[in-house]
Amino acid sequence: MPKTLSPSKPKTNPARELVFGDLWEFDPAPETADPKLKKKYDIFINGRFVPSRSGKYFATINPATEAKIADIALADASDVDAACSAAQRAFINWGRLPGKERGKYLYRIARLLQDHAREFAVAETMDGGKPIKESRDFDVPMAAAHFFYHAGWADKLEFLAPGRQLAPHGVVGQVIPWNFPLLMLAWKIAPALAAGNCVVLKPAETTSITALKFGEICQEAGLPNGVVNIVSGAGETGAAVINHPLTSKVAFTGSTEVGKIIMRSLAGTEKKMTMELGGKAANIIFDDAPLDQAVEGIVNGIFFNQGHVCCAGSRLLVQESIADEVLAKLKRRIAVLRVGDPLDKNTDLGAINSAEQLAKITDLVKSGVAEGAEKHDNGCKLPAKGFFFRPTIFANVSMSHRIAREEIFGPVLSILTFRTLEEAVEKANNTAYGLSAGVWTDKGSRILKMSTLLKAGVVWANTYNKFDPTSPFGGSKESGFGREGGKQGLLDYLTVH
Amino acid sequence: MSRLHITKTPKCYVGGAFIRSESGRVTELNDASGAFFANIPQCTRKDLRNAVEAAAKAGPGWAKRSAFNRGQILYRLTEMMEARGVELADSITLSGVSKAEASREVAAAIERVVHYAGWTDKYEQVLGSVNPVASAHFNFTVTEPMGIVGILAPDDAPVLGLLSLILPAITTGNSVVALASTMQPYPSILLGEMLATSDLPGGVVNLLTGVRSELIPTFATHEHLRALSGVANAEERKALRLGAAESVKRVHLRKAEEPIDWFADKMQGAEEIRALVEFKTTWHPVGG
Repeated sequence: MPKTLSPSKPKTNPARELVFGDLWEFDPAPETADPKLKKKYDIFINGRFVPSRSGKYFATINPATEAKIADIALADASDVDAACSAAQRAFINWGRLPGKERGKYLYRIARLLQDHAREFAVAETMDGGKPIKESRDFDVPMAAAHFFYHAGWADKLEFLAPGRQLAPHGVVGQVIPWNFPLLMLAWKIAPALAAGNCVVLKPAETTSITALKFGEICQEAGLPNGVVNIVSGAGETGAAVINHPLTSKVAFTGSTEVGKIIMRSLAGTEKKMTMELGGKAANIIFDDAPLDQAVEGIVNGIFFNQGHVCCAGSRLLVQESIADEVLAKLKRRIAVLRVGDPLDKNTDLGAINSAEQLAKITDLVKSGVAEGAEKHDNGCKLPAKGFFFRPTIFANVSMSHRIAREEIFGPVLSILTFRTLEEAVEKANNTAYGLSAGVWTDKGSRILKMSTLLKAGVVWANTYNKFDPTSPFGGSKESGFGREGGKQGLLDYLTVH
Repeated sequence: MSRLHITKTPKCYVGGAFIRSESGRVTELNDASGAFFANIPQCTRKDLRNAVEAAAKAGPGWAKRSAFNRGQILYRLTEMMEARGVELADSITLSGVSKAEASREVAAAIERVVHYAGWTDKYEQVLGSVNPVASAHFNFTVTEPMGIVGILAPDDAPVLGLLSLILPAITTGNSVVALASTMQPYPSILLGEMLATSDLPGGVVNLLTGVRSELIPTFATHEHLRALSGVANAEERKALRLGAAESVKRVHLRKAEEPIDWFADKMQGAEEIRALVEFKTTWHPVGG
């Protein structure tokens, strides 16, 4: 017999609730498209895949199974030097190519990414752990959209800064994180190429595969050799890219901690920088918000990509009068979130990207319990192998708790309350970060007021974690500087004379 | 019998008031002939911190003024400068430049203020955007002032250089703490007097005189300064950027070792303004 909640009392007569989660097992629904993986990936320099000079490789694993996927070449300083030199040579022609022609290469890349979309989605999910429905419906199509958008800019650059002369930087060094490997690559490479730069990009150590597969796309598109170079490796490789004398512009996405290290290491140089760093975003729910819609938005805001999102809505600020109701609805909602095989089309939360990240999340969650916050998770069964973490909510969090101040980068939500708009703004802005914020209310005028008062580069109203190539993304305060997307982001890849 | 000339005690314009350094220290300034001219305040790190506090108080109110109002106030500054233009030019000749050269600099400086007075209600339409996103949202990007901007003036062009750095900052609602030319500090004293009578709220522009090497470490590390703009040599740039990294401060510096043509048109305008604003993108829902 189907289970229901305890029999309703005639007086209040609440709607009876059907709880499906524990009634029927979902059949597995794995995505079976062939990711066309190789056993061994070399670095991509000057249009060719070449082994690293040291001959060293490192293993990349599937975080959902801990099984090795492939060996990835480890680029050292000499490989980075070769990549930068190739980019510098390529720049001689690429920088002079008419914008219209550069644009056509970018259009080709966009189309080829669309052609190979499912293959890239599966590869992304296997290497990074994100649910296939996200890599398939978000990461890959959005990456293609970024190339498509910037392709059209290549012959219209003079509209970015009217009355001024614009020139590309030359060789741009780019270092990207593991949370959106292909999408971050697209955010970096598409505007750089449209502006006439050549790039040396280092993907994150745990997620190199789609970046190196992108090298194959460049070959297929006939992109001139050396315009795009991909060097895989860890922090040392990234440092070599950033500090190489030929990279005159550096674009970094990652933690504020590493961002500051980069800023220090470049202090004595004239390199231009774009820094997209950490966040601790407030998602603010007013009592007039459409609550069911807001709850969906909160869930998407924090559990999207297992919370591995720099702009994740990790601090929920709820108006006090609705706090109990919102918590009840959230508990009910996370009870039906499905954690497990990222390749399963029904999976909501995939694998945590690495053992290291899982340890960090576990540590911060422990601190939340120790500091007295009230922990709720959905108690679901986790796979025996792989790195997984249950969607977790902390109620009764105060501003001084570590879980309210530090970026967790995992599926962990901290709930705080407020009474007035001013208090919400005060709490939301009380952080060194300033990347993004969410506002949920029925009043359009309040949305605009909040957007004005919140110290954040992106404000989502009655939505969360929305992205678009036309919409500039980036932070204020210690969340970094420079923008990605839109005309503002593109101009960061040009010098103004 | 000829009348005894009254000498002036130069004071720095900070928080809408005229101050001497809290340290009581001064630097003797001579005129072009080498004769004693005046004692210039030698501001300290404490003076700088006080000025940042004054700028923090004044900033939000200034940013909330309407764009039209900010434009009128900047235009009022040109009126104050025009009336005392000869005096301002004379102050530049203290360094030995010709009267003609000094007058040319003052004229260019006044023109520059007129230029920015006209920008206050226009830069948003040039720098901001409405973004055609692929979902049911009205998506727009607007600029916001960064907050308090630390400014390091060049040694040359003591009026035009200093104003060229201050104006793009305050046009958008930033407040500034500026260190005037160390070699030619006196014009900034006069400029302070003109700012004080221009309807600009006190504390929006704070002008310090002093020794650069003493103040640069505090400019670099003061966390309430959200951006640094100005002219610095290689060693100073490194020190400023190292300090700026600690709080991810925005740094917009020109090289002191290369000649800068402050008179050039490209030293003013939307790109100078862009360097000292933050962009904010809002996703507003569309639908009933």
